[in-house]
Amino acid sequence: MQDQALFEYVLRLADDSLILGQRLGEWCGHGPILEEDIALTNISLDLIGQAISLYDLASELEGAGKNHDQLAYLRFENEYKNVLLVEQPNGDFAMTILRQFFFDAFRLPLYEALMQSPVAQLAAIAAKSVKETRYHLKHTSEWVIRMGDGTDESHERAQAAIDHLWRYTSELFFEDNIDEQLQERQLVPSLKGIQANWMETVKAVLSEATLTIPTNNWKFEGGRQGRHSEHMGYILADLQYMQRAYPNMEW
Amino acid sequence: MVNAAQIRNYLEEVSDPEIPVLTIIDLGVVQEIYLADHIWIIELTPTYSGCPAMQQIEVDLLAKLQEKGIANAQVKHVLSPAWTTDWISEEGRQKLRMYGIAPPVNESDKSTLFAEPPRVACPKCNSMETRMVSLFGSTACKAQYQCKQCLEPFDYFKCLK
Repeated sequence: MQDQALFEYVLRLADDSLILGQRLGEWCGHGPILEEDIALTNISLDLIGQAISLYDLASELEGAGKNHDQLAYLRFENEYKNVLLVEQPNGDFAMTILRQFFFDAFRLPLYEALMQSPVAQLAAIAAKSVKETRYHLKHTSEWVIRMGDGTDESHERAQAAIDHLWRYTSELFFEDNIDEQLQERQLVPSLKGIQANWMETVKAVLSEATLTIPTNNWKFEGGRQGRHSEHMGYILADLQYMQRAYPNMEW
Repeated sequence: MVNAAQIRNYLEEVSDPEIPVLTIIDLGVVQEIYLADHIWIIELTPTYSGCPAMQQIEVDLLAKLQEKGIANAQVKHVLSPAWTTDWISEEGRQKLRMYGIAPPVNESDKSTLFAEPPRVACPKCNSMETRMVSLFGSTACKAQYQCKQCLEPFDYFKCLK
């Protein structure tokens, strides 16, 4: 292993993108309207594209000669380091949009900060992805407002999604010795600043949407250490099927 | 012996698989072309991270060079500096318009939420009375618009900066 800490860090980013991209892909052909079906799958495609670049970098850092497919498809559940938020089921449209909104509002400032990273390839991926993420956040913010400030039913569903997902949001800013080590080496930003930025976006959008932030601070975490919710295994069963059934297959 | 300029000319014959009126030169995805260890390296910048056309472009590009008698070529993906729609050539913009796709306009900073969608001219009737139907369209790089004058639904090649 050439750089264990950096490898783990990049893997976390990649797994967040891959699993959320997989979740959004489940909407293909099921969107509430055609435009939204296309939008969700477009966002999914961006996330999976970002995951490919991140896995390529991770593979270089690991130095074990694995390609991005092997990292994406041939690990066991406890080897995936994504946050629990991204593996939560799609639920109704409000649940999917709120999950995406919370994630985009986190990813945008994170990518903006990573553009300054001295790890050149990580900075390049961030610079590329930040442009796409701006579109995602714009799209999800507008939906949150439309639903929150819409009909009684859309408001109720959006609020229910927030109340349910809130417990998964603090994990986005989870830091352990991997983060600390990399921050000390000045390779990655502190997530404290990102969290402040995230909170600002969330407050602005939710207040415009007449939605409220839950006061319950109950939280779940564990994803960053490979401890996942019960949904993860089902995702992997779908995600990994082709590589498990036909090892080393390529399109 | 072929040189880099000639190779660039050959690449004028390779089109974008999703927007066939554009060549990959018009699109601005071809960066440096150079010889390293007897192999021609063609640097490509992806448009969107997940754009499936990029793989096809690579296949088409190598096939074109093969056809021109250049077998020792390799594609190298470069992410930095990141591709922007500013790199689409003036000729490319004309071609897009002729094809019925509105070319990217200069958009204000997208980091501001709640901004109005960009004002885009209808590629059919040139009216500025158009509306955005969806920020996401038939491919990663496009948004869906409709003209309020002639009612034509059209694709807008959205600004990426």
